[in-house]
Amino acid sequence: MNTIIQIAYFAAAVLFILGLKRMSSPVTARDGIVWAGGGMAVAIVITYLWPNMHNYLLMTLAIALGGIAAWVSGKRVAMTDMPQMIALYNGMGGGAAAAIGAVELSKASTEHGVVALFLAVLGGLIGAVSFTGSLVAFAKLQDLTKRGALFPKAMQKQIMTGGLVAFAVLALVMVFIHPYGPVVFLFFVLALGFGVIMTMPIGGADMPVVISLYNALTGLAVGLEGFVLDNAAMIIAGTVVGSAGTLLTQLMAKAMNRSLANVLFAGVGTSDARIDQQTVEGSMKAIEGSDAAIMMAFAERVIIIPGYGMAVAQAQHKIWELTELLEERGVMVKFAIHPVAGRMPGHMNVLLAEAGVPYDKIYDLEDVNAEFPKTDVALIIGANDVVNPDARTNKSSPIYGMPILDADKAKNVIVIKRGKGTGFSGVENTLFYADNARLLYGDGQKMASELIQGVKRL
Amino acid sequence: MIEGFVALYIFMLAAFTGYEVISRVPVILHTPLMSGSNFVHGIVLVGAMVAFGQADPDSTMQTIIGFLGVALAAGNVVGGYVVTERMLEMFKSSKGQK
Repeated sequence: MNTIIQIAYFAAAVLFILGLKRMSSPVTARDGIVWAGGGMAVAIVITYLWPNMHNYLLMTLAIALGGIAAWVSGKRVAMTDMPQMIALYNGMGGGAAAAIGAVELSKASTEHGVVALFLAVLGGLIGAVSFTGSLVAFAKLQDLTKRGALFPKAMQKQIMTGGLVAFAVLALVMVFIHPYGPVVFLFFVLALGFGVIMTMPIGGADMPVVISLYNALTGLAVGLEGFVLDNAAMIIAGTVVGSAGTLLTQLMAKAMNRSLANVLFAGVGTSDARIDQQTVEGSMKAIEGSDAAIMMAFAERVIIIPGYGMAVAQAQHKIWELTELLEERGVMVKFAIHPVAGRMPGHMNVLLAEAGVPYDKIYDLEDVNAEFPKTDVALIIGANDVVNPDARTNKSSPIYGMPILDADKAKNVIVIKRGKGTGFSGVENTLFYADNARLLYGDGQKMASELIQGVKRL
Repeated sequence: MIEGFVALYIFMLAAFTGYEVISRVPVILHTPLMSGSNFVHGIVLVGAMVAFGQADPDSTMQTIIGFLGVALAAGNVVGGYVVTERMLEMFKSSKGQK
């Protein structure tokens, strides 16, 4: 029996790795998830054969409850809300890893050695932090909470240091003395609180990096608990996700020109880091939808730069309709996507894919930047910081050094924007005051419809 | 039982594998891939089942936490799969190319 289980887990681990590999190319991505799903199904079913288990009925009930709730929410959620759903499901995985740690620790028998106990504590801690941290990320993206740091900055640091010391002490107590209930309970309550306190001060713009980080942490926690339970499938899958997630997190932080520590501890754009409003020369010049449409219809090359505003306005379908109209007239249209546009890396790609934009019309920052000087119109819809030329020129700007899309180098820039406010970072965007920039005020979807009408009338 | 050093080797090889698998991924697939890897760590369900299945039947706390662990892990698995699949379904190339 044991051999069958091991073979199944081995197969699952292989399928996970192959599935992830396939998911990293657009051509094979769709079967990738099916492969990984097959591995998962095999592993879950075979686990019912694990020796010396009871609670089968409750176990199945729990799987049904969690599974159905996730199925319904996952099917219903709008494409624009995907990032917070990933955060939510990721948090659940972290919570599960913490639960395993808690159960194994409170067994407190001698069945686990010191190393295993230590790994159980570490995995439990990471899982618990990832659990509440992800829930806070979910709440922030879902606009359930707008709150910044719970404590002033100096105190935040002390609390976090104090927390780490407390964890270390409690961990030693649990590993070497293994007491029952209360200490384990206290440890996990502290860990859950730590996740909240750590995530609250982080601004909405940094959430993609944070979600990715928690994804990696959950993977690590799963791998660690896998060591405790002698479960090779968990060790391999968890560790693979842990390292892949870490790399992904670094790629994202790098795209924002911030170090991970900076994202986690600086709290730019939140309550205690208000930036001095600098004054900008020039003025914002508005444009009517019909004029903007004419400009685009008679252009040769157009580059569209979407941002979070497009997601909020659900404007991706209209934008694609506009693109098709323009292409019928012989205009060359490309999409340029900044690595951190939206709330997750690739967020914009997913939305454009939903609208039917073929992925070979979509370009990364490095591939498209050289083309802006040859471009007649750059249409910016709901993006802000990622096109702010201050990042290139103004050393005092908080986003100085971040790679940006050089939209300002296009002959004309049209910005669809809801109001005169600043972007997520709270920084004024000098692009909007530039001589070649025109602002089209209004909701993204409405303005895109106006542009479509305008082009159709010609 | 997976002995200490063997476990360490598994850990190291798995870590490099994860790094390699993802290192050449285009930006356009970052979100689906994050979602996909989110699904893969749903394997925690297997561990949650074992932990719950072997929990001390006399301990209410172990039963409650074990139950919660299984339910949460199941949510991770199913939610991760549904969301990833929905996202990947939308990827298609323009006609005639690729």
